[in-house]
This record gives sequence, C-alpha cells and structure tokens, in this order.
Amino acid sequence: MNVYDVLQTIIPTAIFFAAPLIFTALGGVFSERSGVVNIGLEGLMVIGAFTGIVFNLTFADQFGSLTPWLALVAAIVVGALFSLLHAVASVTFRADQVVSGVAINFLALGLSLFLVKKMYGKGQTDQIQVGFDKIDVPVLSDIPVIGPLLFSNAYVTSYIAIILAFVSWYIIYKTPFGLRLRAVGEHPMAADTMGIHVAQMRYIAVMISGALGGLGGAVYATIISRDFSHATISGHGFMALAAMIFGKWHPIGAMGAALFFGLAQSLSIVGQTIPFLKNVPTVYLLIAPYVLTILALAGFIGRAEAPKAAGTPYVKGKR
Amino acid sequence: MRSNRHQQFLIPLLAVLLGMIAGSIVMLVSGYNPVAGFSSLIYGAFGDAYYIGETIRQTTPYILTGLAVAFAFRTGLFNIGVEGQLIVGWLAAVWVGVSFDLPKIIHLPLAILAAAAAGALWGLIPGVLKAYVKVHEVIITIMMNYIALHVTNAIIRSVLSDEGFKSEPIKQSASLQSEFLEAMTYHSTMHYGILIAIAAAFVMWFLLERTTKGFELRAVGFNQHASQYAGMNVRANIILAMVISGAFAGVAGAMEGLGTFGNISTKAGFTGLGFDGIAVALIGGNNAFGILLSALLFGALKVGALEMPSGAGVPTELVDIIIALIIFFVASSYMIRWLLSRGQKGAE
Repeated sequence: MNVYDVLQTIIPTAIFFAAPLIFTALGGVFSERSGVVNIGLEGLMVIGAFTGIVFNLTFADQFGSLTPWLALVAAIVVGALFSLLHAVASVTFRADQVVSGVAINFLALGLSLFLVKKMYGKGQTDQIQVGFDKIDVPVLSDIPVIGPLLFSNAYVTSYIAIILAFVSWYIIYKTPFGLRLRAVGEHPMAADTMGIHVAQMRYIAVMISGALGGLGGAVYATIISRDFSHATISGHGFMALAAMIFGKWHPIGAMGAALFFGLAQSLSIVGQTIPFLKNVPTVYLLIAPYVLTILALAGFIGRAEAPKAAGTPYVKGKR
Repeated sequence: MRSNRHQQFLIPLLAVLLGMIAGSIVMLVSGYNPVAGFSSLIYGAFGDAYYIGETIRQTTPYILTGLAVAFAFRTGLFNIGVEGQLIVGWLAAVWVGVSFDLPKIIHLPLAILAAAAAGALWGLIPGVLKAYVKVHEVIITIMMNYIALHVTNAIIRSVLSDEGFKSEPIKQSASLQSEFLEAMTYHSTMHYGILIAIAAAFVMWFLLERTTKGFELRAVGFNQHASQYAGMNVRANIILAMVISGAFAGVAGAMEGLGTFGNISTKAGFTGLGFDGIAVALIGGNNAFGILLSALLFGALKVGALEMPSGAGVPTELVDIIIALIIFFVASSYMIRWLLSRGQKGAE
C-alpha cells in the first residue's frame, strides 16, 4: 500500500465523518458568540437524528428520492423549535446555561426514545430505505491527484457543510447582524446602550444553533447510522462542542477542527488496514480530539478564549 | 417577604411537582393512563421488599454522585465530569478487587480508597487547569469524561481481560455484596454500599459546615477576591475542591464495581449516574441531607420506571423526560420565584 492509497482510504472517510460535526459546531459558534453556552448540542443532534429518521421512514413512499432532503428540512425546523426551550430557560428565566443544556440533553434522549417506543413498539427504528447518493463533483473530480481524493465518491452534504462554514464566517464577521451577534456576546450592556435588543439576538442565535444541531444530527443518522436508537448519537454533540472550542469560536476554525476530528475518527476505524498505523492502539485516536481540546484550552496550542459574556444571563440595569 | 430559607425548600418541591404534572400531561397526550402509570411506578419502587432493596441499591451511587456535584457547586465549581470520575473509580476498585488476595478488613477499604484516588486524580486535572490557567472546568470535565470512557474500555480489553469485554469477578474479600441484605429483600442486588454513601453524606456536611477548611472552600467559591484578601490560598482551595468532588464520584464508581456488579464491562456509552447526580444535587439544594432525600427520589423514579411497561404499558423513558423537566424547572427557579412573589402580592 503506497501513500496515495492510504490517503485515498483516509481522506474521504474523514470528510464523511466530519460533516455532522461541522454543522453542529457551527451551531455552537452562533450560540456562544451571542453569549449563550450550549452544552445541549448533543441533545439537539439527538432530536435532529430522531426527526430525520422518523420523517424518512414515514414519508419515503410519498416523496421518493426527495425524502432525505425534506427530512433534513424537518430536522432543522424541529431542532430550532426544540432549542427554544434552552433559549427560554437561559435568556428569559436566567437559568444556569450549563444546567439548562444538561436538561436539553436528557429531554432530547428521553423524549425521542419514548416516542420511538410509542410509534414502533421497540427501542430502535427500522433502517431507512432512501438515503443520499454518493456523487462525483463535476469538473473538480477530474483534477488529477486531488480530484479522486476530495471530490469523488462523496456525499453532497459534506460540501454543503464546508460551504456553510464560509457562509457563517461571512455572516458573523461581515454583516451588521454578525456584528450585533458578537457584541451581545462580548459586552451585552454596551450593545444594549447602542439599541441592540440583547434578548432577541440571543433567541435568534440559540435557534440557529438548534437548527444546525438538528441538521447535523439528521445528516449523521441519514448517512452514517441509517436508523435511530439510544446509541445513534453518542458523544458527537460533545465532540462538536470540542471542535468549536478547538476552532476558537471561529466558523472556519471550527470547520478545520471538525475535519481534523473526523480524521481521527476515520483513522480509529480504518487504521487497522493501514500498515504503519496497525500497531497504534485505537484508544489514542479515540481520545485525541478531547486531549487536543484540553491542550488548546490550557494554552499549549495557542490560546482559546471564549466570548466574554458567554454563560452569564443579561439583566437590564445591572452593573 | 418570606425568607429565602423557606424558598430553598419550596423551589425543589415545586420543581418536582411541576415535573410530575408535566409527566402526566405527556402520558395523557400520548394516550396512556397517568394514574396507572404512576401507581405502577410507585409499586415498582416500594411495592415489596425486593423493590425496596433495588431502590436502595440505585439510591446508593446517586447519593455519592449527588454529593460530588454538590460539593463542587458549594465551592463555586461546576463538576460535569462526575460521570468520568465515576468510571475511573469503578475501574480502580475492580482492578484492586481482582489483583490482590488480602483479608477483607484491608482489601475492601483499599479498593474503595483506590476508587476515591482515581476519581480524585480525574478531578485534579481540571482543578489545576482552573486554578493556574483559568480554563472553565465545565469544558475540561466534559472532555475528561470521554477520555475516561475510552481509556477505561482500552484497559478492560488489554489488561483486565484477554481482549474480552469484561473483567474477572472481584475477589470475595473486596465485595460489598451481602447475603444478609439480599435475603432480607428477596434476592435484590442491595449491598452494604448504602452505609458508605450515608457516611459520605455526613462527611461532606461535617467538612463543609464544621471545619475551617470547609469554610475556606466555601469562601473561595463565593468570592475569590475577598478570600485572597483575607489570606486564603485561592488556587490550592480550587484544586482541593475538585479533588474532593472527584473522590466522592470515584467512590460512587466503587459502589457499582464492588457492590452491584462485582466486575466491570466495556461501555458503549455513559452510565448516566454522573449526569443524574447533577439533578440529585440541584433538587437536594446542594445540602448533604437534602441529597439523601433527592437521591432516594431519583433512585425510586429510575427503579420504579422498570415496572411501568408491564404495569401500565408506558415506556420507561417517561421517567427520563420527568427528570429532564425537573432539572429545567429548578434551573428556571427565577421563574418560580417570580410566580411566588406574584402570588404573595395577590394574597396581600
């Protein structure tokens, strides 16, 4: 096996695993940039995965090959609505945002499994029949060397994820909306004095994170697991959270970190077939994302700093 | 205006009540009978000696994880890593339990201490990072949870078994299991751990409320600058608080390893005991004796839930929904306080 074959095994798998993480991590960026910590990303992914699979199973006959796309839309909507709970608790009721996020995670898993048992009479759904097809990107896949690596035989959702990261960067850093979003996350009182509606901005940001988290969960379930059970989303939301931090609360950084974590995941799965990785115990690859995030936070890999007001409810008139 | 002390009891009670009401509504909406649901839940938790034994068994680790979370809360820290600290504690207890042949009087305490030490070590890392680099402990402890999970699985596969998925059973000399308690409760899995858990609650109360160190720990949690000015070592206190919290969580793992299961298996996901500990601590008002009660409540909910599918056709997950909503209501205590103050104004 030469180096190129190895890359051809690793890189497409890495992109494949990274897509759900990118979506969810971008959601986290929006929420935390507005000053609302979102530990509930895991739960939002669970709800998205649940919605995506249930929609797909229910409507596959009516919508045919459009089904997975509509399932993603459904997951976006349900994710955004579900995240309203987190917004109400942490913005309006001034709840501890971490506690509220923990409750989101519990509620998402409890509610979706409850409904699965109610609807299907068992703890696990059937496999979906209609998924996404792998595509070769026109023109780009014909480029020698990198074409087959990056643009062939991949899911279109992966490219959407990467494009969305750049769109998010543009929104957060180049538009008035983004400026306001960052302002309420850094110094809500100053933003308030300038006439920005802090609570409203935070509601919007949390709902965007719900929509993207739901999308991430649905993409994971549709492409990778193809069904829904208690173990479908196990820690991917927290890995997305790690990607967001490792990416220093920046959309492009978060995307880069998610791709990197996807690489670690893919190595832990396909690593056994690669000669010089065969002897590396998979545990090192499994814990790599978390260890690296800790090192990044500790300042060994550049300093990662959270938005200043993240985690604190804004109370008008309080110094 | 009624006192805050009064509200301290009222808010958790109201949160539990609201959670139950919301649970009933969920049952009604999805076409189940809430009365049948709750009565089978209560039967499944306290119906006869067997169920009571199981409930107490489930309460045991809840007390300890609740204490772990509460200890951190009281010292101004949020330890969301109780789950990981519990897993490494479980691993350490079983490791000591299978590797030595010692008299029980030495072996059992050694296994529990090993669990406490492992949990403490897992708390030390976020403590040090918080104290010296000012990194928020929530993120670090979440990451430490996953590291604990994967490392523990790897150790079970490579060291405690021959590429298998579970360890040998622990030696009898390290076991908390009790024929006496099992016979008394129709062969439930109840074990002596409950005594250790209750003792731990007493230790936490004494440490925080009756010692100078406890005062310092609370002071640092309340106001770091004032404590610094008063001559306390803020960094050392933050680290110590995380270490003690982690030790409680580690002992909770020992309850599972030495009492309930007698071994350790590889895990695909978390046990949930650590995360539920957050709910236990919040409902218990972060108070040692409150936690004994709230741990019993959550133990009863979890064990009683197992009876709901056969008794009333309700999926066990209903209880997870109720627990999640209870956490929401406690977290949103601002809302409850606001409602209470409105109610009082109306009454005047």
